[in-house]
Amino acid sequence: MAVATFIDRAIPMTSHPSNVSLEQRAWRIRRNALRMGEVQGQGYIAQALGVADVLAVSYFHALRFRPKEPEWEGRDRYLLSIGHYAIALYAALIEAGILPEDEIETYGGDDSRMPMSGMAAYTPGMEITGGSLGHGLGIAVGMALGLKRKTSGSFVFNLMSDGELDEGSTWEAAMAASSHKLDNLICVIDVNNMQADGPSTLVSNFEPLQPKWEAFGFFTQRVNGNDIPGLVKAFDAAKAHQGPQPRAIICDTKMAKGIPFLEARERNHFLRVEADEWSKALAILDAEKPQ
Amino acid sequence: MSRLSKYTPRTVKRGPDGEILKTSAMIASIAGADQKTAPAPFGEALVKLAAKNDRIVGLTADLSKYTDLHVFAKAYPDRFYQMGMAEAVLMSAAAGMAREGFQAWATTYAVFASRRAYDFICMAIAEENLDVKIVCALPGLTTGYGPSHQATEDLAIFRGLPNMTIIDPCDAEDISQIVPVISAHKGPVYMRLLRGQVPLVLDEYGYKFELGKAKMIRGGHDVLIMSTGLMTMRALEAAKALEKDKIDVAVLHVPTIKPLDVETISREAAKTGRMVVVAENHTIVGGLGEAVAGVLMRGNIRPPAFHQIALPDEFLDAGALPTLHDRYGISTGAVARQLKGWLG
Repeated sequence: MAVATFIDRAIPMTSHPSNVSLEQRAWRIRRNALRMGEVQGQGYIAQALGVADVLAVSYFHALRFRPKEPEWEGRDRYLLSIGHYAIALYAALIEAGILPEDEIETYGGDDSRMPMSGMAAYTPGMEITGGSLGHGLGIAVGMALGLKRKTSGSFVFNLMSDGELDEGSTWEAAMAASSHKLDNLICVIDVNNMQADGPSTLVSNFEPLQPKWEAFGFFTQRVNGNDIPGLVKAFDAAKAHQGPQPRAIICDTKMAKGIPFLEARERNHFLRVEADEWSKALAILDAEKPQ
Repeated sequence: MSRLSKYTPRTVKRGPDGEILKTSAMIASIAGADQKTAPAPFGEALVKLAAKNDRIVGLTADLSKYTDLHVFAKAYPDRFYQMGMAEAVLMSAAAGMAREGFQAWATTYAVFASRRAYDFICMAIAEENLDVKIVCALPGLTTGYGPSHQATEDLAIFRGLPNMTIIDPCDAEDISQIVPVISAHKGPVYMRLLRGQVPLVLDEYGYKFELGKAKMIRGGHDVLIMSTGLMTMRALEAAKALEKDKIDVAVLHVPTIKPLDVETISREAAKTGRMVVVAENHTIVGGLGEAVAGVLMRGNIRPPAFHQIALPDEFLDAGALPTLHDRYGISTGAVARQLKGWLG
């Protein structure tokens, strides 16, 4: 078996020296996502806009990866447990140079490498297959165990949503992660308080959330998921934490963040946007381009 | 079969020697009293294999002792992962380990893998064609504990799953041979497991397991039994018992349910004159019997008669296992009786 080279966690992992700020990264992720949404005229665009800041900090501050070598053994694994957020991850993978920008218009089409729901076999950089919810954290547990067996220093990030808190498998996995002291596992929970049938806390109330994850043995932080400096601090703290325990970062985000007329829609789990509204949304975004 | 009302008073049931018939719970062996057995063939085979292959890891959901994985856990404690009584994370974690290059052997009971963890097996393991071996005890009717532990429909459930290889071994000899072969096969496998003191039968027939192959265990001119799992043992016993009636029974063992050995099944069924009987420790719905029927129909192969020996499409009773095997037609005596009935 190929045993991975041990990577010292102490090495600073901001491996993306760049003039592009995280705010600009997030802006570009939103823009990529809107362009893909426009291709299909619908989709989970509100989630993508909401989670863009989390993805920007994940890929351009916290994660170690090689754009041209998506399966590089030394990479940090980033699992998209929420397959329907694929549009958001593609937007980030394009920004990260893992997917080519000129395939944006293939999104959701026949033979596309970017199907509407995330699938590992279709897309470079997509670690697992989503669609059925509540899978990511359990797979992350297995990968974290595997990485430890290989004495790898890589982290496993699992990006999940508040809706997945309804699934029992999430809590099976949380308990196992803690039981196995998986300090190389970071669970990022996007709390946008919206799922298929309405506001998540009304569908099945998961609060109080931070004590819940703490009770399951996680080093837990709760942050504003649309505040980039706060996210940077939280990701740094999650990685640097010394306790022999898994880590959770609960990110409260705003659905459709950045596009006020979409933010205002009461039911925005699966958005249908009129043809003329896409250019309106892009114009709003372009007017807000960070310097 | 109709069950007595729960308000009907009962009396003690006794066996032929006046002994009280006991429920065969999870730890009971399916071996007959004077049958040759081998202990924990799966655990022993896995330990042997793990010595040569350090990619092998074992995971269980609080059932290591009941799936013989404790033998592996004892030999390789650092390669054994206790996932708790949680079948979803058992399968997901096995998928994660496989993604990191390990060969994950996940054990639980067949009911829990098929009913409780199906989505995780389907999407995290099978859809990704990952190298996970799912090994499950208490297949079909091998406990008298009741429907909660009787996996009568597991083969039907997994047969519909693309990429999944499905194995139903007959005995300890079969299991010992199967473990290294499915390990060498890269991809997901669902294997039914007999555990504890496991009958040893096929060692006397010069048997060799080959993945995806059905094997003629004995020839015969009147009836061809195609059987899988422990029903091959029952078929062989019934065939022996029927010799005195001058009934000549052939037994084709079909340990690989998927992919099915269409060629051998078709060739043997096409040989003229023999009634074809498919025997399985599984509901009559969706198992080997219907799979073989489909093969014969598609191949335009018409044996003089076609019958199934299988469990009824019902939730089965709790009770003593020998009684239940007889009641539902899969004991040696019941197999012989059914064959004689069909032959007229």
